[in-house]
Amino acid sequence: MTGASASRFFRAMALLVAALACGSAEAHLNATGMGPIYDGLIHFLTSPEDLVPALGLALLAGLRGAEYGRRALCTLPAGWLVGTLAGFTATSASAGSFWASLWFLLLGALVVFDVKISLRALTVLSGFLGLVHGFLNGSGMGFSVATIVVALGLATAASILVVLATAFVVRLRVHWARVAVRVGGSWIAASGLLMLGWSMRGICADSAVKSCA
Amino acid sequence: MIRESRYRWALAVAIVAALSAPMALAHIGQGEASGLLTGFLHPLSGMDHVLAMVAVGLWGAQLGAPAIWVLPVAFPLVMAMGGLLGFLGVPVPGIEYGIAASAIMLGAAVAFEVRPPIVVAALLVGLFAIFHGHAHGTELPPGESALLYSMGFVIATGCLHAIGIGIGTLHRRPWGEKVLRAAGTAVAAGGVFFMWKAIA
Repeated sequence: MTGASASRFFRAMALLVAALACGSAEAHLNATGMGPIYDGLIHFLTSPEDLVPALGLALLAGLRGAEYGRRALCTLPAGWLVGTLAGFTATSASAGSFWASLWFLLLGALVVFDVKISLRALTVLSGFLGLVHGFLNGSGMGFSVATIVVALGLATAASILVVLATAFVVRLRVHWARVAVRVGGSWIAASGLLMLGWSMRGICADSAVKSCA
Repeated sequence: MIRESRYRWALAVAIVAALSAPMALAHIGQGEASGLLTGFLHPLSGMDHVLAMVAVGLWGAQLGAPAIWVLPVAFPLVMAMGGLLGFLGVPVPGIEYGIAASAIMLGAAVAFEVRPPIVVAALLVGLFAIFHGHAHGTELPPGESALLYSMGFVIATGCLHAIGIGIGTLHRRPWGEKVLRAAGTAVAAGGVFFMWKAIA
């Protein structure tokens, strides 16, 4: 065996050993979980009732300009974090979908009509949105180190969304592109209105059951 | 020029391929993913809905700004109000007639190039949207996620408007006006068919 072929042989053997020694990929971490920070991130990104109001706020801030975007970036994740930590004290959440539908309606309407709200109003709005949804997220989770990390994950996801969506909208200068954002607002408001109807139907059904009992 | 044309064709093929891809169904959230899909497919499953919603886009494009975006904004919002009534079980009489009439009226508006004031156009579109929304609201399948279902059908409605607007932009071309009016006539004819079915 020449030097070159011996080298190729050892490299092939090393590759074989490495391939055989590798651990399982665990692509689907149903059993192991992804860790609390990812739990928070993924919860936010896969929960339309949290994601869409935050997106609506980001669109609104983006339509108003970079300063509004920066303010939303500070207040929304901060509010979300504080709200989630406060929610740890509650044992269970209720009427989450009702609150979400109101946010859908409010933020969707503000985007549709391109309402020129003041920076102060946006600050209050984003802080309050973060507090309410954070509280709903945190309710029933219980207080532990892991849940604090989940809260950080939620706030991180909110900040990522605000940064991306706001930066995208702020850059839009063409009229039709801004109109498209406003059409997106009408979709958010319409979904909120339908969700409100669904929530009210649930409330009516509950009250009917109670009156029968 | 040829390169740009090839690029556009490739883009169009890619979009069609992406939209026609089947579901992966790897790990569907129970109820949730099917809620979005069911909602999205619901407006597409009824040709009467499809005709009316495409006609809204056609008419908006024909009327130009601001109708081109006011009508597609007004329709889903008022449709959602109709859906709310449907969710709550509030009866609205003559739903099927209203849906068929929407296709007839909107198709005729495009065919005859009717140009009312924007408020009148928005009110007309809004009136018909109530019938469509109510039908969607009452037909919500049990056990589905209401939010995802709602989002799905609002997005599908918006896509149908966008298709109508896309076709409607043909009117800028010399022959486009005739094509648009022919499309309006076809929508109205479809509406007549659905009205006949509703009555019969």
